[in-house]
Amino acid sequence: MGNNGAWLILQPRLPPLVAPTPGSGWLRPPPPRLPGGGPPRRLLLDWRGGLTNGELAEAGPERPLLEEDGRIPGWRRPRLRVGEGRQVFLIGSLNTQAASTMASRGRGRGRGQLTFNMEAVGIGKGDALPPPTLQPSPLFPPLEFRPVPLPSGEEGEYVLALKQELRGAMRQLPYFIRPAVPKRDVERYSDKYQMSGPIDSAIDWNPDWRRLPRELRIRVRKLQKERTTILLPKRPPKTTEDKEETIQKLETLEKKEEEVTSEEDEEKEEEEKEEEEEEEYDEEEHEEETDYIMSYFDNGEDFGVDSDDNMDEAIY
Amino acid sequence: MTQAEIKLCSLLLQEHFGEIVEKIGVHLIRTGSQPLRVIAHDTRTSPDQVKKALCVLIQHNLVTYQVHKRGTVEYEAQCSRVLRMLRYPRYIYTAKTLYSDTGELIVEELLLNGKMTMSALVKRVADRLTETMEDGKTMDYAEVSSTFVRLADTHFVQRCPLVSPTENSEPGPPQPAPTLVINENDMYLVPKLSLIGKGKRRRSSEDDATGEPKAKRLKHSTDNKEPIPDDGIYWQANLDRFHQHFRDQAIVSAVANRMDQTSSEIVRTMLRMSEITTPSSAPFTQPLSSNEIFRSLPTGYNISKQVLDQYLTLLADDPLEFVGKSGDSGGGMYVINLHKVLGSLATATLESVVQERFGSRCARIFRLVLQKKHLEQKQVEDFAMIPAKEAKDMLYKMLSENFMLLQSIANLIERRQFETKENKRLLEKSQRVEAIIASMQATGAEEAQLQEIEEMITAPERQQIETLKRNVNKLDASEIQVDETIFLLESYIESNTKRQ
Repeated sequence: MGNNGAWLILQPRLPPLVAPTPGSGWLRPPPPRLPGGGPPRRLLLDWRGGLTNGELAEAGPERPLLEEDGRIPGWRRPRLRVGEGRQVFLIGSLNTQAASTMASRGRGRGRGQLTFNMEAVGIGKGDALPPPTLQPSPLFPPLEFRPVPLPSGEEGEYVLALKQELRGAMRQLPYFIRPAVPKRDVERYSDKYQMSGPIDSAIDWNPDWRRLPRELRIRVRKLQKERTTILLPKRPPKTTEDKEETIQKLETLEKKEEEVTSEEDEEKEEEEKEEEEEEEYDEEEHEEETDYIMSYFDNGEDFGVDSDDNMDEAIY
Repeated sequence: MTQAEIKLCSLLLQEHFGEIVEKIGVHLIRTGSQPLRVIAHDTRTSPDQVKKALCVLIQHNLVTYQVHKRGTVEYEAQCSRVLRMLRYPRYIYTAKTLYSDTGELIVEELLLNGKMTMSALVKRVADRLTETMEDGKTMDYAEVSSTFVRLADTHFVQRCPLVSPTENSEPGPPQPAPTLVINENDMYLVPKLSLIGKGKRRRSSEDDATGEPKAKRLKHSTDNKEPIPDDGIYWQANLDRFHQHFRDQAIVSAVANRMDQTSSEIVRTMLRMSEITTPSSAPFTQPLSSNEIFRSLPTGYNISKQVLDQYLTLLADDPLEFVGKSGDSGGGMYVINLHKVLGSLATATLESVVQERFGSRCARIFRLVLQKKHLEQKQVEDFAMIPAKEAKDMLYKMLSENFMLLQSIANLIERRQFETKENKRLLEKSQRVEAIIASMQATGAEEAQLQEIEEMITAPERQQIETLKRNVNKLDASEIQVDETIFLLESYIESNTKRQ
């Protein structure tokens, strides 16, 4: 009765006030009503010390109790209902937490207003909303119905095989431009055995330059002229020259990381071309005095690095 | 461009041309028209790399250029054209069904290389076909040429715009970029070439002048000493014509499903007669008289004129209005209502998607809403006879569902790439083992040795590889399937927007 005044609110209408009998200790007599209407009815909070608002407000469940409740029409029951938007607490839970309750009064202000008309969407007043979502939807939600089977049969199989074959074929064409392999800091012994990708700014195919804007013109790498770093034992007088050339080329290639115009490249390429013009070698067989086939060499540096130059089969 | 479209373009470019081309291509798609140095600056790529990438993209008809005032050249990407790369297998397969292996290879080479001259193309295709033939047999250039001519006559391949010839005669500084023009009448004009020769087989052991070492080399046309007779005349695949063919196929199969085989054959005949005369965006075909149709029916069909007329009347009376009657002369003039057909196909596609995804009750609601175009929620309940709560639930589900088919294809591709990367080591190992086995077999190895090598791959690894292959195949097949759906919906959207 007296000690748990919190439930006062949910109780039915109180009997009309009578002058307190001594000894009841329940309520102080209400202060006289101020002229001018007085403050609006306020929430009756009970804690030791009596009323705060100076007046006893009957708190029936059908009556708006908090200040902002007065603005929200149709508030009926203490549960969350559509249209109110307040979800935080039940009024009945007021206790000695008066301060927090008072504070949340301000927070809850105006929260019940939505930006669209609910009826148009099809949610009527008083309907229960689905429970709030507390986590993102699952990555692979279970399917309600089995999916339709994919096309199979001759046509389906053929088109599928064709697709995979095309994918592999396109990677082998010169139109597939691979990013440059990162330059090594020091010239390494294994460089001789490596098949380096296109590290300069030449292209491997011959477009019709008449159809393209002039500014796009770059030099075309001639076939089989890429191996500039391989020393040929057939040309002993040139060996030292080649070596210096190699080092020089490595340096110039490093410099090529910055802005290099195609004219500069063209000069260097012409130098290289003159050196190499007489060289005709099949990369598989003549390259070095080794018995090892180049494509089988794997110095392990590619382990973990993406490099699929050697895939001859269909690509998945 | 939607985010999903850009994402898909990025994946396609990356798969087919590598990262550098992808970076440049996606940048152009996002930002629109830009000159070279801005591209290089914004993408932080060296100008040489940008030039390489642009050459590739222009060669494949994915990027076009325009000369602006003061001589700057700006480049622009065609996002929709990039998305067509998904459909390459379908184009090639279509060519195969229509013009057999020769046609298939012609279209394949054209798609893989972007554009080619007829002489280079014929030579390449003849070489490829010769590879597949038995020893001693070769493919004659004449046969390849004749197939090419047929492809040009039916508009499946077309000429690329030509360099304007007036440029060389102009005095003054040379133009920064050539202007390309094409005359409508010349688009399918095959140059009079006398290509004589046969395909050559690749000989890897000999140093054959015409033999090519393994992959990665394209024959330079400058290597030939003879002048090229059709120099400067390039050809490309005419994708719109293929799309028209797909559309016709869809119509014919729809009619076959709804009515019967004979009706579909009649419709197919009508479509074939209108192939070249009717532009693909027209709302309906040119009117065809019943007499003409009768004369054009395929020779296997022995139906009498009266039966044909009956079928035509049936088709015209069908509520779907695929075929319409436009007059009475010549035994009755009939047209095919292309726009209407596309609309019905698109509707049917959407309905079936909804049905498979959400069940038949949702499909019922969906159909209703499509029909009435605007329903209040209460009316939905009444018409569909579904309890209110369930109807609301389904509406909400359908509203919140993401119908981005493009996004789903991008997901499929990413998933496939992911799976492949995960199992890269295994895949490489298995391929290496296969290569070793093949080479050992070629040099005549013993059974025991082969066994030993095969055992290099353990049983669980084999299992893993099998699963991987199956999954990748499934993902690939799904891509193809989703692209077909996209095609139907896109055709409808296109026909609608053009109409307005």
